[in-house]
Amino acid sequence: MTAVIDDVRALIGVPQYEETGEFPVERSYVWTMCASVENGNLLFWDDDVAAEITDGPIAPPTMLSVWFRPHHWAPGRTEAHLPLKVHFDLKERLGLPEAVMTDNTMVFHEPVRPGDVLTTSQILRSVSDEKQTKLGTGRFWVIDVQYTNQRGEIVGVESYTGFGYRREAGPDGGAGEGAS
Amino acid sequence: MSPLAPVLVFGDVAEGDLLPSLHHEVTATTVVLGALATRDWRPMHHDKDFAVERNGTKDIFLNTPNQAAWFERYVTDWTGPHGRLGRVVFRMRDSVFPGDTMVLDGVVSEVALDDTGCGWVGLDITLSVEGDVKSTCTARVALPVDDADNPWRRGGDRWKP
Repeated sequence: MTAVIDDVRALIGVPQYEETGEFPVERSYVWTMCASVENGNLLFWDDDVAAEITDGPIAPPTMLSVWFRPHHWAPGRTEAHLPLKVHFDLKERLGLPEAVMTDNTMVFHEPVRPGDVLTTSQILRSVSDEKQTKLGTGRFWVIDVQYTNQRGEIVGVESYTGFGYRREAGPDGGAGEGAS
Repeated sequence: MSPLAPVLVFGDVAEGDLLPSLHHEVTATTVVLGALATRDWRPMHHDKDFAVERNGTKDIFLNTPNQAAWFERYVTDWTGPHGRLGRVVFRMRDSVFPGDTMVLDGVVSEVALDDTGCGWVGLDITLSVEGDVKSTCTARVALPVDDADNPWRRGGDRWKP
């Protein structure tokens, strides 16, 4: 495990998995998202307001990650394509079958607009030593995801803190109440 | 066309101001719709058996990107469309499940002009259920400094989120 953790930590700061979104930013997702949280911000619903304030329609800033979540299925694809691949690499390489996300930071730059084609890359920032929590024993890690538009402008950076862990049967055979 | 006046300008806001509370009854539909809106197909956000057996939670639960959308909605309900989010940091302490009534509350933690003249407001926001805080969020949002200002017009060195 020592060699594995050293290999994993060697990737800290290295951009990985640069990819372009599978589809351009689109308004129907903007409306679905706004409906899911009952967001009535006129920027997303009234084109005159959007024209005046933001020079036309934009997407809610917090939708950054949405534009990169792959289709659940695509023709000819043989293995599941997982978003935030670095997170899943860590789970696999460190032998931690379960994981949750704890912290999430988003910084917003140029507005994202319908029709934009965004590109992203993932950068591992840190991996902790093993820690015990109520969920189990595992490690915390921080992954940055940087997003740029088709003009190379940064539209945002997200940082995720994940906790990968093993559920451990206690003396009573239970695995704890988990995140509930 | 006459310019649309901002709902809230920088000078209207003072440290310690409270934002109106937002109450929402979370259902399985809230969780599933939020997961699908964020293209998050992972089963713990739509399959209760999976959530219970694999995640050890009591039910399906709100996913991370959808919680971000709830925080955005909460902030911009208050600022109106001229409010421009610069930064959102949130930490999920515990999960939010169908049957929960979630309550978002916020307080102004900071009011400051940056060196470009952009008016920034810091907010501390909590998402709680029956008084238990499930997620905390700090947001940094830019407001117009007057009726003629518009944070969305800022870019490059004049936008420091």
